[in-house]
Amino acid sequence: MEPFAWNSFGNSSGSHGTARRAKNALEEARERAAELLGARPHEIVFTSGGTEADNLAVAGAALAGDGRGGVVASAVEHEAILESARFVERLGCPVTIVGVDQWGLVDPDAISAAVDGRTAVVSVMTANNETGVIEPIAKLADAARAANPAVAVHTDAVQAFISEEVTVDLLRVDMLSLAAHKFGGPRGVGLLYVRDGVRLEPVLHGGGQELGRRSGTHNVMGAVGMATAMEATVADRVRFRETVANAREDFEARIKETFADIQINAPRDARLVQHTHVRIPDVRNETALVKFDQVGIAASAASACQSGAATVSHVLTAMGMPPDHARQCLRFSFGWPTEVEDGASAAALVVKALEGFR
Amino acid sequence: MKTLVAMSGGVDSSVAAALMVEAGHEVIGATLKLWQGPNGEAPSAGCCTVSDAEDARRVAAQLDIPYYVFDYTDDFRSGVVDPFVESYMSGQTPNPCVECNRTVKFSRLLDQAGALGCDLLVTGHYAQVREDPAGWKLLRGVDPGKDQSYVLYMLGQSELARVRFPIGAMTKTETRSVAARCGLRTATKKESQDICFVGVGDYRSFLDSQTEKARATGPIVDHDGTYLGDHDGVSGFTVGQRKGLGVSVGEARYVTSIDSGSATVVLGRHEDLLASGARLESVSWVRNQPPSPGRVEVKIRYNSPPVPAVLEPDGPACIVWFEDRQPSVAPGQAGVIYRGDEVLGGGTIVRALH
Repeated sequence: MEPFAWNSFGNSSGSHGTARRAKNALEEARERAAELLGARPHEIVFTSGGTEADNLAVAGAALAGDGRGGVVASAVEHEAILESARFVERLGCPVTIVGVDQWGLVDPDAISAAVDGRTAVVSVMTANNETGVIEPIAKLADAARAANPAVAVHTDAVQAFISEEVTVDLLRVDMLSLAAHKFGGPRGVGLLYVRDGVRLEPVLHGGGQELGRRSGTHNVMGAVGMATAMEATVADRVRFRETVANAREDFEARIKETFADIQINAPRDARLVQHTHVRIPDVRNETALVKFDQVGIAASAASACQSGAATVSHVLTAMGMPPDHARQCLRFSFGWPTEVEDGASAAALVVKALEGFR
Repeated sequence: MKTLVAMSGGVDSSVAAALMVEAGHEVIGATLKLWQGPNGEAPSAGCCTVSDAEDARRVAAQLDIPYYVFDYTDDFRSGVVDPFVESYMSGQTPNPCVECNRTVKFSRLLDQAGALGCDLLVTGHYAQVREDPAGWKLLRGVDPGKDQSYVLYMLGQSELARVRFPIGAMTKTETRSVAARCGLRTATKKESQDICFVGVGDYRSFLDSQTEKARATGPIVDHDGTYLGDHDGVSGFTVGQRKGLGVSVGEARYVTSIDSGSATVVLGRHEDLLASGARLESVSWVRNQPPSPGRVEVKIRYNSPPVPAVLEPDGPACIVWFEDRQPSVAPGQAGVIYRGDEVLGGGTIVRALH
């Protein structure tokens, strides 16, 4: 991606040599991204990140055609989905939010019950960004189509891509969002896969780039960086899963040794390997986070609001957790430079941070 | 010492943080998220806006101290906003800054400071904490125009042992010059005057949005019971108000009381507003025990100076008798008792005494 940061300033839509080099790089990135997802190149729309991809999927599908398409989304979706749903609801589109069980899992029957003839799009994330729970997307997609064969099924795979096998056929989805920074790519670039035949009203209107689905000058450098990061991620996935799973298991076993009452908030058999989402009883997460920061652990609580305050997570609320418990929850995530022994050293720091405090 | 500095993003708390860093303390900066709109949006005016938090964050970065935002919206709602609305609706004139200090800043945040291993909590209030052989005392801020000791009267010995106000010994002008000397981005920032959760000065519409009772219409009656007209909601009135009454009797009238049950607004002449004394309840004393009765000064609202009075204990409550009768003794406001520059304590005015 470096040449497109410093040396090649061609606008990929221009008609001179420099522009062609940029265009070629962009289209090559698109082909590489498409292949990794099991898609065709023209089904890839590059965006400014996961949020824009989610907006385009939900608002784009709901506002296509007569502009009154229905939205069905799970209660544990990222704000990019939920706020897009609220946006189109204000414009007159029917919106149904589907609840989850205590683990944050969506029930296929609840999806088929929520989908009706007016539903344009169903959106459930591949894996939750807070708890790491992995949703049964293919089953949910079947349930949605059983209720309305014309519905477009979208999944936000932003959190899952680094560790889970993500292809559009495996998940049986019509749209899929990714964000590059979640797997080592540059911040500020993402993509939406849009299956042939799915109609979208653009969110960004203008010069008609991305086959009219997303106007705006291409972020060539970002797209090239993203495709490269996707390739590296897919090539490294098996190793990543194994290493991180070992580190994470070790981490959890060690902190449980010291704090036996710690709760893991995700089902054993359906969660991302890189997540540890826990409730530490009697410790407010905002206090724990400061303690962790002081020993050099970067953990997080729910999602950070614009001011940086930890708020009560809508995900945990949807799972039926009372607010005082939700305020005791936080997330550790293991990134891609993780080595097996990092589990033990991270656990030692957690214990040190909470020592004498609990 | 390890110190937590509450940083609002204004110049006062920025300078407080800078002074603690200069004095060699280990400092952590924190902004409190206290209020949000119905969809979680930050207020656009007052002291808790996103841009204020951003100013605090940037000042903390400049001072090279860790910085966090703590979410106290639940505590603020239950400890400050709900009681504010309830008090207003019962015809009183509440002071939310006092309740915020009592229930959030010098309780929740002070506990949080302790939990984070901090010995001290520092804020940018204009007031002074001193130690004498009998313990901790609370003094007015040096700048008479900025003194904020009125909203801090609820601090007792256990709080004062852990609280410091580094700018209390400075004037506002000095504070700004320290900010300028340190190159703080907040040096020339303008003051926020609004009630932080109400926004741009209009608490009528805020009250209307919070409770239907605020829009309850009712009669306006004169001091002798004469019916003068109707009003379109008790939220439009406070005790002592003269303007915007919507009725006229040919001479000046003031709101003397509001009966929330019947939504009746009672008017009177200026002399009907004058009270000889006030009864204070929910009293707290800085020294943890009542001071000796006798001559004191009492401040009955934020924007008027203390007036000479005589203090008379009355069980857990107390009564202050003014040397000169005082207008607009508004139930709900804090009555704060001073001797010279020292804050002895105070309470909530529950009744004007005639």
